[in-house]
Amino acid sequence: MSVELDVFVGNTTIMDKEVYQLWLNGYTVNDAVKVRIEGGVMEECEASAEVLLSDTMDQYRTFQMCERLLHHPAKLANQLLFQIPPDRQAMLIERYYAFDDSFVREVLGKKLSKGTKKDLDDVSTKTGITLKSCRRQFDNFKRVFKVVEELKGPLVENIRQHFLLPDQLARDYAAIVFFANNRFETGKKKLQYLTFQDFAFCAGQLINNWTLGAVGKTNNMMEDMDVDLDKEFLQDLKDLKILITDKDLLDQHKSLVCNALRGKTNVFNEMEANFKNLSRGLVNIAAKLINAKDVRDFFIDLVEKFIEPCRSDKWTSIDMNLYLTHYTNSAHILDTFKHHAVWTRYMGVIKSCILRMYHD
Amino acid sequence: MPGKLKAKIVAGRHLPVMDRASDLTDAFVEVKFGNTTFKTDVYPKSLNPQWNSEWFKFEVDDEDLQDEPLQITVLDHDTYSANDAIGKVYIDIDPLLCSEAATVISGWLPIYDTIHGIRGEINVLVKVDLFNDLNRFRQSSCGVKFFCTTSIPRCYRAVMVHGFVEELVVNEDPEYQWIDRIRTPRASNEARQRLIFLMSGELQRKIGLKVLEMGGNAVVGYLQCFDLEGESGLVVRAIGTACTLEKISTFPATATHPNNSSPSKDMKEPGFGEEAPGVPLSSGPPTPLRAQTFSSFSPSKSYSRQSSSSDTELSLTPKTGMGSGGSAGKEAGPLKALLRQQTQSALEQREYPFFTLTAFPPGFLLHVGGVVSARSVKLLDRIHNPDEPETRDAWWEEIRQEIKSHAKALGCHAVVGYSESTSICEEVCILSASGTAAVLSSRFMQDGPLDTEHRFEEVVSPGCGFCHIPYDELNIPFPAQLTYCYCCRRYKVPDVLFTTIDLPTEANVTGKGCLIQARLCRTKKKAQGEGNATAISSLLPFLEYELHTQLMNKLKLRGMNALFGLRIQISVGETMLLGLASATGVYLTALPSPGGIQIAGKTPSDITYEQHISTMQKKINDTIDKNKELYEINPPEVVEEIIGSPIPEPRQRSRLFRSHSESSDEVSELDLSHGKKDAFVLEIDDTDAVEDIHALLTDSPTPAGFYSCNTEIMPGIQNWTSAIQMFTSVRVFRLNANLTNQGLNKIFSDLCENLLKSLYFKLRSMVPCCLCHLNFTVAIPEDELIQVAVTAVAMSFDKEQPLENGKQSGEKTLIKAITENDEQLQFNLELNAETSSHNPLSSPKGLSEVGSHLSARAPSVDYSSFADRCSSWIEQLKLKAHTIRRGSVKTTSSLEKASPLPEGRSRSLRSNRSYSGSSVAVVKMTPLSFIPGAKIIKYLGIINMFFIRETSSLREEGGVSGFLHTFIAEVFAMVRAHVAALGGNAVVSYSMKECVFMENPNKNQAQCLINVSGDAVIFVRESELESTSVQTQSATTHTSNGGEGT
Repeated sequence: MSVELDVFVGNTTIMDKEVYQLWLNGYTVNDAVKVRIEGGVMEECEASAEVLLSDTMDQYRTFQMCERLLHHPAKLANQLLFQIPPDRQAMLIERYYAFDDSFVREVLGKKLSKGTKKDLDDVSTKTGITLKSCRRQFDNFKRVFKVVEELKGPLVENIRQHFLLPDQLARDYAAIVFFANNRFETGKKKLQYLTFQDFAFCAGQLINNWTLGAVGKTNNMMEDMDVDLDKEFLQDLKDLKILITDKDLLDQHKSLVCNALRGKTNVFNEMEANFKNLSRGLVNIAAKLINAKDVRDFFIDLVEKFIEPCRSDKWTSIDMNLYLTHYTNSAHILDTFKHHAVWTRYMGVIKSCILRMYHD
Repeated sequence: MPGKLKAKIVAGRHLPVMDRASDLTDAFVEVKFGNTTFKTDVYPKSLNPQWNSEWFKFEVDDEDLQDEPLQITVLDHDTYSANDAIGKVYIDIDPLLCSEAATVISGWLPIYDTIHGIRGEINVLVKVDLFNDLNRFRQSSCGVKFFCTTSIPRCYRAVMVHGFVEELVVNEDPEYQWIDRIRTPRASNEARQRLIFLMSGELQRKIGLKVLEMGGNAVVGYLQCFDLEGESGLVVRAIGTACTLEKISTFPATATHPNNSSPSKDMKEPGFGEEAPGVPLSSGPPTPLRAQTFSSFSPSKSYSRQSSSSDTELSLTPKTGMGSGGSAGKEAGPLKALLRQQTQSALEQREYPFFTLTAFPPGFLLHVGGVVSARSVKLLDRIHNPDEPETRDAWWEEIRQEIKSHAKALGCHAVVGYSESTSICEEVCILSASGTAAVLSSRFMQDGPLDTEHRFEEVVSPGCGFCHIPYDELNIPFPAQLTYCYCCRRYKVPDVLFTTIDLPTEANVTGKGCLIQARLCRTKKKAQGEGNATAISSLLPFLEYELHTQLMNKLKLRGMNALFGLRIQISVGETMLLGLASATGVYLTALPSPGGIQIAGKTPSDITYEQHISTMQKKINDTIDKNKELYEINPPEVVEEIIGSPIPEPRQRSRLFRSHSESSDEVSELDLSHGKKDAFVLEIDDTDAVEDIHALLTDSPTPAGFYSCNTEIMPGIQNWTSAIQMFTSVRVFRLNANLTNQGLNKIFSDLCENLLKSLYFKLRSMVPCCLCHLNFTVAIPEDELIQVAVTAVAMSFDKEQPLENGKQSGEKTLIKAITENDEQLQFNLELNAETSSHNPLSSPKGLSEVGSHLSARAPSVDYSSFADRCSSWIEQLKLKAHTIRRGSVKTTSSLEKASPLPEGRSRSLRSNRSYSGSSVAVVKMTPLSFIPGAKIIKYLGIINMFFIRETSSLREEGGVSGFLHTFIAEVFAMVRAHVAALGGNAVVSYSMKECVFMENPNKNQAQCLINVSGDAVIFVRESELESTSVQTQSATTHTSNGGEGT
């Protein structure tokens, strides 16, 4: 004796948010039923486990049928098969494209390839996120990447329009795409303390300031204008080397910064002692960015060359802010330093990234 | 009379990839009507082709327009091999043929393939130009409007109700033709879909012709069914009620706020003569209906046995109150006897006084006798000549005759809420028909006896009148326990009332109602042919008897005394019979309070046994009390003196009324045996009784916040919100072999209960809500499989009633004023109609022959001159909507024609839709005839669609559940899309009439057939109407001008 077939179809498609989340989290039907029973929905509605199982199966089936549409969210709005109110549609899309921070940290900056996908079971074991959910999240990244890869125009806007995502989520996806495209290294042990949101913030800074699209140079909407760094700018960054190669300039810069900061910070002595090292670190990073390989190491370099020395000297974020502000501004006062525009563009991003990244 | 059908193919979207190499498709479209085919150009390499074709024009006869669907096939062009079909769209153009329905079909329609399901969408434009003028147009059957709704549609008024129309057409089933062995499943499915489309069209046209012949302009309560008889063929049959409808002013603002409208504007409205052809005033004398179909009656096959029964409520106690019964009763007795005599003679003249309506205009339904039903078991044989479906006609004739005689036995001249159904297993077919015997109003008739009846009915309050017995209590054909009506105290009422109709809106009801189901499973030996038919016919009476007993027990357990919307479905399989009776129980204030249920043991010696019985008894009593509280049943205390005789409190064991010839014997016999007991007794030694008690107590109560019914409305709930959710749920259950009857029963009962529980759980977010029109269908698709399908609508309501009440009472006074006004106007109109058209007027009672001496009491209006002419039984029943009950639904001014506003409104709706770009228009679906909180302003035509879906990759599509889930969702989608293309935003009276599911998991295959129907409508939210009412008053003329322009 068994139920051979059991379906429920509403004219307006009924979707339970809770079950949807369980489905997204990759729970099997039976596990989902267990979770629901523990959640107490049974007592609430005088239902039996059998009823719950039937409902869960039904919902799972509905979600599976919808999944195809969710891959192209724009289709969800003008498909005819399911009658779903607009607010529900938005919920479905938003949750489908939502991801776990712990998962994204594992794949951020990696190539979104089949190889990476094969390693997802390791990621799943490490993060405790079900493999099914990992795959969905990975496929989402890949899908968004593939679509915007072929599109012209601003990255965030493209993502928002194509996948109908809310602004914040679209920005996060832009960061993921940006990281995947430039293959930034984020997995090193020294970078483990950084959250996805830290990286996403930095990605936003880079996209807004260092890419072709950022300066609005291009009227002809070049391809990937938001995804790739502005090559010309990277070339120009080499000129900044003068700040450390010219000894006079370096000394002058140091004295200007020190004069400005004297008495304003508790770590003045450490700072004064370290100035040349720190300045060399930042300028060297700038000079190397023309090489794709060094671009990948951008974050690890920032941490190793700048953040770690400061941290060991116990700088506070206020110290950091003060130092970077004066460090940036003083360069403009230097007589022989001519590369003001490049310097501003470079330091603006570096400063906000470091400030964001400077925490425990 | 030719017409020109024009179609334009605009674009496609979401097409499937047909060329793996390019991941694209080279699509083109074939547009076919009849034997003419047009093609669009190939739109290369696109999944979203923009054909933007010219207008393809088909010049065709209107007969073809009615029969044929427009067939649109989307194909992928292939240079080297044959073109691949992507899918098809069938468009029923019938709605375009009626001047009052849709004017254009325009929108995105799903492209459907029977193997792959929906494969993208196509945007089309379809129009029809009829060359003839409107008057000539009326002579053909395509002006006739069809409605699935089983009441007078909301924006119409019934001028006349002509009566029963039926027709059936038969054909060979393509699935069983020899050619099927060599063609693909797709070709076979498409042949079948197309054939059924054609047959439906033909059927509708033929029925339309009958309606025109009767002088009507519409069919209400149109019920079309398919019998898939397998080898022996395919039968499409339909029944309905022919009416003459008149459109009432569709703009309620003029009615609800008459002060807002300036008289000058009101004067303008009737100027738009769109409705003119629909009004019977201009029609010539209609030809009297002849019984065409039955001239070829031949007796059914000798080996088929027939069994039938009519369920009525009966009691075996001798009537104690007879002697002291008030004068009214005495007076009514002989009068009724007279009426009944007349009825009989009338019946002889009338073929079928049947009505498929389940709800009636106020004052139409006078008395209800009880449920009448008939069943017949037949052996199918091949239909040799499709053009002469005599056998099938004869079978139905037999059944209808039987129904008619049952109604007669109940002293009724008509059958309302009438429906027919079949259940087929191999070569055995059970034909069933059921309805409610009733006496209908004849208040415009003018003969003597009629006059008395007129008086008779006027005394009666509308809240209880229909409960009063129509039969003569001195000469009851079956034993019944009668008491005086608890409302008016003047007329006799039965103690329990079963009906197949909806609860009349004017009925006095105490508390709320609930769904009551009796479920039964009986095993049967496997047999062949005649033996099988015999075995089934001998089982049927027992099945019906037990279903009836179960219903009665459950009704009493809920402390209720009447059933509405009773539907008994009997399904036959190879090794079992399934019976499912569903109805909505209510407590009618007019009827006596039901007695309790008493359990009695046969051997009262054992003490533990007695204890067992007393605990059971207590349980039952507790349940009754709990139910009374739950359903708020607290009838006012009865003061017995008023009634004049002690009311025999509870009733006795109920017995099934088998046929009236037997029953006379039973009366005395059974009176003696059970006369002394004063409660409904269940003897527990009886295995049946154990089962009954079990069944009684296993029904779990509905969870808090839920109500359920299988009728249109739920007594006690008025303030619906606009939140509605229609749904279909299907379950198939596999049984183990070798189950006992009892085991089977339990499984079947649990299956239904669990299904209900699942529904409650699914819809918990809508609480407080009521599941309305819960329609269960059972089937035995295979040995050891039980299939249950449910379609219903969940509707939320507000708990805060007091507020609403205040508002309503305010409205009522307003409406009252309108009502009076309305009544006058209407009366005039009807007078005109009668005098000018000289329709043969006849009374439902056939009173013209009798008692002309009573004509002295005739009212002032004298109809006798033409009334004399009528020799046949009613062809028309006069309807007079003399009260307005439902807020703003009805409107005044009967003189005006349809306001042009809906036309303009529909256009604006459509244009809104196109402006909104990608988003899809919302289409509501409901099995009810109305949408809460909204007003239906236009009926766009009937939706009647038939789909087949087949797969040979069942596992890949998610197994049987995945397959069926997708298919049902696709069917909904196609219904919505077609409604939207007609310009509508809802389907009312939606039903899934057929869901035949077959699987073969070993071969990884499954097939399913679904037939759905409903009425496409445009509705407007009442809130919107109110807010715009003032503006629209001034905008009306403007809008209509705009509408005329386009």
